[in-house]
Amino acid sequence: MSAVVAEHDHHHDDHDHGPAKGILRWIITTNHKDIGTLYLLFALAMFFVGGSMAMIIRAELFEPGMQFVDPQFFNSMTTMHALVMVFGAVMPAFVGLANWMIPMMIGAPDMALPRMNNMSFWLLVAGVLMLASTLFMEGGAPAGGWTLYPPLVLQTGKAFPFAVFSVHLLGISSIMGAINIIATILNMRAPAMTLMKMPLFVWTWLITGFLLIAIMPVFAGAVTMLLTDKFFHTSFFDAAGGGDPVLYQHIFWFFGHPEVYVMILPTFGVASTIIPVFARKPLFGYSSMVYATASIAFLSFIVWAHHMFTVGMPLAGELYFMYATMLIAIPTGVKVFNWTATMWKGSMTFETPMLFSIAFVVLFTLGGFTGLMMSIAPVDFQYHDTYFIVAHFHYTLVPASIFILMAAGYYWLPKWTGHMYNEKIGQLHFWLSTISVNILFFPQHFLGLAGMPRRIPDYAIQFADWNMISSIGGFIFGASQLLFLYIVIDTIRGGTGEKVTDEVWEDAHKHGLEWTLPSPVPYHTFTTPPTVIPTEHI
Amino acid sequence: MSTNDAYYIPHKATWPIVGTAGLMIMLAGVANFLNGSPIGTTMIYVGLLMFIVMLGGWFALQSVESETGMYNHGVGISYRMGMMWFIFSEIMFFAVFFGTLWYTRNLSVPWLGGEGAKAATQQILWPAFEATWPTNGPGKVGGEFEPMGAWGLPFLNTLILLTSGVTCTWAHHGLLAKKRDQLIKGLLATVGLGFLFVAFQAIEYHEAYTEMGLTLGSGIYGSTFFMLTGFHGFHVCVGAIILSVVLFRSWKGHFQPENHFAFEAAAWYWHFVDVVWLGLFIFVYLM
Repeated sequence: MSAVVAEHDHHHDDHDHGPAKGILRWIITTNHKDIGTLYLLFALAMFFVGGSMAMIIRAELFEPGMQFVDPQFFNSMTTMHALVMVFGAVMPAFVGLANWMIPMMIGAPDMALPRMNNMSFWLLVAGVLMLASTLFMEGGAPAGGWTLYPPLVLQTGKAFPFAVFSVHLLGISSIMGAINIIATILNMRAPAMTLMKMPLFVWTWLITGFLLIAIMPVFAGAVTMLLTDKFFHTSFFDAAGGGDPVLYQHIFWFFGHPEVYVMILPTFGVASTIIPVFARKPLFGYSSMVYATASIAFLSFIVWAHHMFTVGMPLAGELYFMYATMLIAIPTGVKVFNWTATMWKGSMTFETPMLFSIAFVVLFTLGGFTGLMMSIAPVDFQYHDTYFIVAHFHYTLVPASIFILMAAGYYWLPKWTGHMYNEKIGQLHFWLSTISVNILFFPQHFLGLAGMPRRIPDYAIQFADWNMISSIGGFIFGASQLLFLYIVIDTIRGGTGEKVTDEVWEDAHKHGLEWTLPSPVPYHTFTTPPTVIPTEHI
Repeated sequence: MSTNDAYYIPHKATWPIVGTAGLMIMLAGVANFLNGSPIGTTMIYVGLLMFIVMLGGWFALQSVESETGMYNHGVGISYRMGMMWFIFSEIMFFAVFFGTLWYTRNLSVPWLGGEGAKAATQQILWPAFEATWPTNGPGKVGGEFEPMGAWGLPFLNTLILLTSGVTCTWAHHGLLAKKRDQLIKGLLATVGLGFLFVAFQAIEYHEAYTEMGLTLGSGIYGSTFFMLTGFHGFHVCVGAIILSVVLFRSWKGHFQPENHFAFEAAAWYWHFVDVVWLGLFIFVYLM
C-alpha cells in the first residue's frame, strides 16, 4: 500500500509551493491543511469560551437563590453558550476535520475551491466576533434563548441587529464551506475511489453538506423577518397584523432540526472510521450505514414540529410529527447495531480514540432513547422546556459530538503532527470526562421529570441536591478539558518524543488513504491521484 | 470525473480577507445605523466600498486566469457545481418567504378568523375580525390600503422577464456558434430588459406608497408583498450586474464555445430569477 504514496512532483505551475511567512501564511492561505488547522484551533478556542459560559451557568445553579449574576446576564449566558458551542465550536470543528481529512481520504490534491475555502473560514471568525461583541453592548447579549423566538427576542437591546447579522455571516460561511465540501467529494476523488468505496466520514459529510445548503438560507430568512419586524414595521410574527409568532417557530425548527443533524452526522462518520481500526475488522454493514445516514437526513426535514408539541398545533399535526419522529429511531438503530457488530469478536485494543468512540456509542444511545421518549406527544407535555430536554440534547451533543471530536483529535493528531500524544494523560482525560459528564447530565433527567424548568437562574428548594451534584460534575468536566488542551499543545510541540510510523495505528493503512501518507503529512499531498485505494472499511 | 493532473490550485489568496472585512464592516454599519448610532452610515460606505473592490479584483483575477487557460475541465466542473448549489441555497431562501405567504394565507389568518378549533381564539381576541385576503390583520396595521393588481405593470414585467430569458438563450446560441455579434446583442437586450424590469418595479413601488397606501407596514399583506417582490427585485439587480460583467467581457473578446463558465453561471442565475418571478406572479399577484 505504501507504494502508492504520491510523488510530490511540482509540474504544472511555477508558483511558490511553500506556505507564506509569518502571520500572513494563515490569513491568505488556500491550503486545505492550513485552513483545517485554523478551523480546529478556532473551534477549540470557542469550546473553552462556550465552556466558560457553561461554568457560569452551573456556578449560579449550584445552590438555590441568586449567587453571582443577575437573571438577565444568566439568560444571556444560556443563549450565548448555545450559539457559541453550536456555531463556534462543534460545526467549525467538523468543518476543520473535513478540510484536513476529505482531500486526503479521497486522494485529492486540495479542496475543489481553495479561495472560497479561505473566505468561509474568515467569515466564520467575523460572524463569531460580531456575536461575541454583543456581550459588551447596552442591554446585554441576546437572552431569549438560542432559538431567538419572537416576541421575546425583539426585546433585545442594541445587540439585536448584531445578532441577526452574525447569523447571516455564519450562514454564508457555512454555505460556502458546504458547497466546497460537496464539490470536492463529487469532483476531486481519485479515479479508483468510487462513491461506495468512500470512507464513511466522507459520506456523512456529503450528506451534511446538502443539509447545510438547504437549511442555512432558511435560518437567514427567519432572522431577516425578525429584523424587519423590529425595525421596518412588518407583521410577520405579530397577530395584530395578521402574522403569527408560531410561524417563526416552524421556520426556525425547519432549520433547527436538520441543524442538530449537521452536528451529529459527521460524528457518526468519525465513529464509523475509528471503530473498525481498533476492532481490527471491516465496518459491519457499510452500505446500510450509507443508506441509514441518507434516511436520517431525509427524515430530519419532516419532523421539525416535535420541538413545538405544546404550542397549540392541530391534533393531526401532533400525530403526524409524533409518528414521523419515531421513524428516526430505525436508521439510528441500524447505526448503533452496526457499530456494536463491528466490535463483536474483534481483536479490540483500547487506545484513547477507541475509548471515546465506545463511550460515544453507549452514551449517544442513551441520549437517543430520551429523544424517543420525547417524541411521544402526550408525554412530551411533561418534558417540554424542563431540564429533561436539557439532559437529552446534552447527551447527544457532549458525550456524542464532543467526545467524537476528542476521539478524532487523538486519532489524527499523530498523523497531522508526526508526534505521538501522551496515552496516559489521554486515558486520564477520557475517564475523568466520561465519569464527570454523567455526574453533570444524568441528574438533570431527574430534575426535569420533577418539573424544573430550563433557562432559569433560580429554582425551588426541592431541586437543590441534584443541581449541586450536577454542578460538581460540570466543574470536574470543565477542568478535565484543560488536559485535552495540554495534550494538543504538548503533541504539537513533540509529544512523547516517540517517532510515529506512517500508519500510526496497526494496519490503519488498510482502512484509509490518509495512513498511506508520511507522518507528519507534507504540505501538499496527492498532487497525482493514488491508483490503489484501501478497502478494509467497506 | 476530472483527471486531477492539471487541476489548478491557487496559492495565497488576498481577496477573501478583503471581502470578509468589507462584509463585516458593512453589516456592523447597518446594525449601528438601525440602533441610531451616527457612525453607522460611514461604516456602511467603507464596508460596501471594500466589498465592491473585492468583487472587482477577484472577478478580474478569475477572468484573466480563465482566459490564459489555467482552468481545465475539472476546475470547470467544480465551478459549475458551486454555482448550482449556490442557486439551490437561493431557492431555499425564497422558499422561506413563499412558505410564510402560504402559512399566513392558509393557516394563521383563517385561525384568527375563528376557523376550525380556533373559534375561541377569535371570540376572545378579535371577535369582529373576518378572515379575508388581502388583509392587514385584526389590528388594521398600517391603515387602509389597496392591494396590488396583477394586470398592469406586473404583467408587463412578466413579459419583460420572459423575453429576457429568450434573449439570454439567443446570446448563448450566438456564443456557441461563434457569432460574437449575436452574443453581444443578445446580452445587451437581456441586460436592458433586466434594468427595465427594475425601473418598472420602482414605479410600481412608488405608486403603492404614494397612491395605494400599501407599504411594508401594511400588515401581513404588505409584509409578504414587499419582502417577496423586494428580495426578488434585488436579485434581478444582482443578475443584471453579473450579466453586464459578462457583456463587458464579451466585448473584450472573452469566452469560447468550449470555455465560458461565467456566461453559463450568469445565465443559470438569470433563469432562476425568472422562475422565481413566475412563482411571485402566480402566488402574490394572481391568487
